[in-house]
This record gives sequence, C-alpha cells and structure tokens, in this order.
Amino acid sequence: AFPKRVKVVEVGPRDGLQNEKNVVPTPVKISLINMLSETGLQVIEATSFVSPKWVPQMADHTEVMQGISKLPGVSYPVLTPNLKGFQAAVAAGAKEVSIFGAASELFTKKNINCSIEESLVRFDEVMMAARAASIPVRGYVSCVLGCPYEGKISPTKVAEVSKKMYSMGCYEISLGDTIGIGTPGSMKEMLTAVMKEVPVGALAVHCHDTYGQALANILVALQMGVSVVDASVAGLGGCPYAQGASGNVATEDLVYMLNGLGIHTGVDLHKLMDTGTFICNALNRRTNSKVSQASCRL
Amino acid sequence: QESQASGLPEYIKIVEVGPRDGLQNEKVIVPTDIKIELINRLSKTGLPAIEVTSFVSSKWVPQMADHKEVMRGIERHPGVQYPVLTPNLQGFHSAIAAGATEVSVFGAASESFSKMNINCSIEESIEKFEEVAKSARNMNIPVRGYVSCALGCPYEGNIVPAKVAEVSKRLYSMGCYEISLGDTIGVGTPGSMKRMLEAVMKEIPLSALAVHCHDTYGQALANILTAIQMGVAVVDSSVAGLGGCPYAKGATGNVATEDVIYMLNGLGINTGVNLYKVMEAGNFICTALNKKTNSKVAQASFNTGTI
Repeated sequence: AFPKRVKVVEVGPRDGLQNEKNVVPTPVKISLINMLSETGLQVIEATSFVSPKWVPQMADHTEVMQGISKLPGVSYPVLTPNLKGFQAAVAAGAKEVSIFGAASELFTKKNINCSIEESLVRFDEVMMAARAASIPVRGYVSCVLGCPYEGKISPTKVAEVSKKMYSMGCYEISLGDTIGIGTPGSMKEMLTAVMKEVPVGALAVHCHDTYGQALANILVALQMGVSVVDASVAGLGGCPYAQGASGNVATEDLVYMLNGLGIHTGVDLHKLMDTGTFICNALNRRTNSKVSQASCRL
Repeated sequence: QESQASGLPEYIKIVEVGPRDGLQNEKVIVPTDIKIELINRLSKTGLPAIEVTSFVSSKWVPQMADHKEVMRGIERHPGVQYPVLTPNLQGFHSAIAAGATEVSVFGAASESFSKMNINCSIEESIEKFEEVAKSARNMNIPVRGYVSCALGCPYEGNIVPAKVAEVSKRLYSMGCYEISLGDTIGVGTPGSMKRMLEAVMKEIPLSALAVHCHDTYGQALANILTAIQMGVAVVDSSVAGLGGCPYAKGATGNVATEDVIYMLNGLGINTGVNLYKVMEAGNFICTALNKKTNSKVAQASFNTGTI
C-alpha cells in the first residue's frame, strides 16, 4: 500500500539552478521562490552557502535568503558545506540547513576534495553548531545507486553513510541517485539495506531522470514506505556528468503521478506549471516536464 | 533469479511499434528504403515482434502508403514476427497478398474516439474485425487486438475500466491471441493502470495481455512497472520514442524502447533484446528524420560517450 501523504521537497531554486547552463539574476531567483511558496509546497531549498569561487551560480545566497517572502508553514533549507557556510546562513536568516555526503569515496574526493570520513568530521562541526542553535539539519547521500567514477555502489555502503549521518543528528536522509542510473531493481535493493539502519519515516529519495527511470524508481520507493520525495520544478538542472542529458525529475510530473495515485501532497499542479513556465522563460529554455509539455506550456 | 524473487515475470516480450505507430505519428515522412533499413536493423536486435506497416487507405494515412513495398522489401528473420495493421477485410486481403503472416485490429474503449478515428461505433468496428478474424482463422493467421483509450480519451475524458474489459473480451472472443491495452493519450497513472488491469484480468487471461503506454505525461515507465508487477509480460514500445501525440501539440507519444529495456535489464528481467543495437537503430532513424531522440537512455549514453 502507498503512503496517504507525501512531502514534496522542491530543489529547483538550488539543485536546479546550480546545474543550469544559464545563470539568472537575483530578482528572478527570488520571484521563483516566491511563486513556489504559493503552490502549497512545504519545503523549498532556497540556495547554497558555499564559496562563489566554487559555485558562482549561488554567489547571491545572502541576498536571496534575505529577499524571499517566507510563508508560515513553509521551510526554506539551504546548503551549508561547513561551519563557515552555516554561520553565514544563520546570519542571513536561515532556519534549516542541509549537508551533502556521498556513498562513494572517489566522488567525495573529486567533489569536495576529501574522504567520506573527513567530510563527516566537517559535518560534525555543523551538526554541533546547529544543535546549539536549534536548527534542523537534513542529510543528503549522493551516488546511492551508482557513481560516475566508481560505477556500482554497494547498498551496504549507502546504509553505512546514511546511518552515520542519521546518528549525527540529521532529521532526514535524502538518498540521491546522482547520475540517474538506478532502476526499480537497484532502488529496492538499496532501500532494503538502508531501512535496516534508518527508520523509513526519516528517509527521502532524490531521483534523477537521466535514464528516464525516475518515476518508476520513486514508485518503488513509495511502495516500500518512503513518503518524502525531492523534485525540481520544470525538471531544472541538467546532469554535469552527461552533457545534454537531463537531471532532476520534474516536480510537475511527480505531482501528476501522486495525484493519480490518490496521494495527498497539498501542491496545486496548475500553479506549479505556471511557475515552471516562468522560470523556463527566464532561462530561455524548454521545460523538462512532460506534464507541462502536454498541457501546451512549452 | 532477481526477477523471480520479486514476483515479476522472468521474461517479457517487447513488441516494437516504431516503424508503424511511430512513423505514422511523426511530422516528417521517410522514404520507403529508410523504413526498410530501419526494420532490418531492428530485426537484428533480438526484438521478437516488429510492427511493420498499416494496410489502410493511403487517403487516410499517407505515411503508410508504401505498405506493399515495405512488406515485400524487408528481410524476414526467423523467430521474429512482423504484424501489420488491417482495419478491414480489404486491408487484410491486401496484407496477405503482400506476404503478411500476422495482423492487428484496432478497437477502442471510447465511442467518441471510435467515431472520430474510424468513423463508426465500437459495435460496427467489432463487426468489421470479426470479418477479418474469420478470414484470418481460415488461413491460420494470428490476430492481435488493440484497445485504444484504455486509461482515458481525448474526447470523453475518463474511461470506465468495465468498458475496457468489455471491448477486450469481444476482441479476445473473436480469436485475437493477445490484447494490447493502450493508454492512447498517456494520461494514465499507476493508480488508473491498476484499476483498469484488475477489471480486464477478470475477463482475459493474464498471458494474453499487453500494455501499450504513451509517455505524454511522463508516466509510461511507472505504468509499465505497475503492469508487470501485476504479471503482464508483454510490453509495446517504440525505438527512440518515435511518434508524437496527435492530441497534444508538441507532446511526446510512445514510450522509448531503449528506456523500457534499460528498466527491465535493471530488474533482471530477460527480453532477449540488445540495448546497444536498439540505440544504434534509434540513432539511424533519428538522423533520417532529422530529430533528437525521445529516449533518455540514448540521450545519456551518446552524450557521455559511453554506451
């Protein structure tokens, strides 16, 4: 049986925009987030407090954080890779943060230039400060179904990293199929391993649609009791590992499926599609959402 | 075996509809020799069934006007079926004369769709198909039945599962060996797929059922997964996702064969199909059509330079 309610975590403004070719100005980012706030989404990942040297697309993190209208009942988590970023985020008004781990040593080395163990030590600093400030922390685990460098990833490894991050105090662990290579088979295997270590109520899935498998993978996760799903409006965010390929699953397509399953999300699909149209126009690109395409909102 | 443990079929038959359903719904018409080349390439991929063409009046479907030449021009690989569409007795005879050894008939679960598509009621269309089925039976020619609008109709909207079951049963009773249930406008979701299959499975044995999902709303693979979880072991798809949706301008139609196979491979389900060879066939036809593939697997594979 499926969960009766699913929490949709909207990652378009951060994960989406960070992986788009074109950069949008700060006012457009703020409008995007404000429009998303009106759709009924409960969680909208707003920006990333990482050095603009590494991620220039998120250089305006402070302005965005301070510029958005924060609706009561809506959470606006931000990425904080280290203590410095955490402090900057809190100073800018952040009330929830996220940290990004990975199930692959090579990916961690290439991405943040340290080992998994070292990255967890860094995160511990953030965890301590967050606990002191009563700020909830969401943990992400990348490469859960495959790594662009290592290839196959053992479900046991994913479970190990997830358990560590959960034990450190993350209230939720988002399991990311970073290169979209997973299928319902590998999703099931991975979740079975992780669910031995982390309660299913604390799990989320973050599926990429690079191989068209996202909704099928999400369906399997739902069947196993997962009730939190990440998605990106208009499917914003390409795949940095496969030029021209798609990345994040589109929020519109996810909500369409959940509606069809009678699962409550609280999200207004029409308002969501309008938001997708807005940001695609600003980015001068076509939507990656099939639902939007079919509804003639190219 | 992985698939056995999960309750999924061990083997799934893929019915490739690209050369017919796909090309019929593409903007650009390809020349006969390109069609033949496509089908010949598909024959080498391990696909067990390839829908070749349609013996319908070229006045209605100009894209399939070269049906005789295509039927006569293709290589016939042993172990591969080459069904063709035959909407009526005339088309059937023409198909047989051209060498067809399997035919398909297309019904619908919606009266409005039937009227708009083939200008007659469901009942009238069934009568025409019965004529085809009778002749086919006399000649030992297998007939596949399609039911369109199984999860929704562009004119009527919602379609009652019981209606789908009723039309399926009529087609099965007249001798169709397999019923392909089509989500013609891709509006279905795992919810509606499940309800529809539950109704149809009361009337038709599981082994005689196939699903034909459109990806217009991105739901195809999730719907196919639902169907195979319920035991359906035949899936229609189109190389490179050929074939747009005539009811939603600019929207996609058929699910891409490459993406289906990728999913089935990941589930440990045997199809007998070589994914790489299908991608190559897809690349060939997209180049000929001067268009980008609709297959995400092909997109991702060709762009990383790894296949």
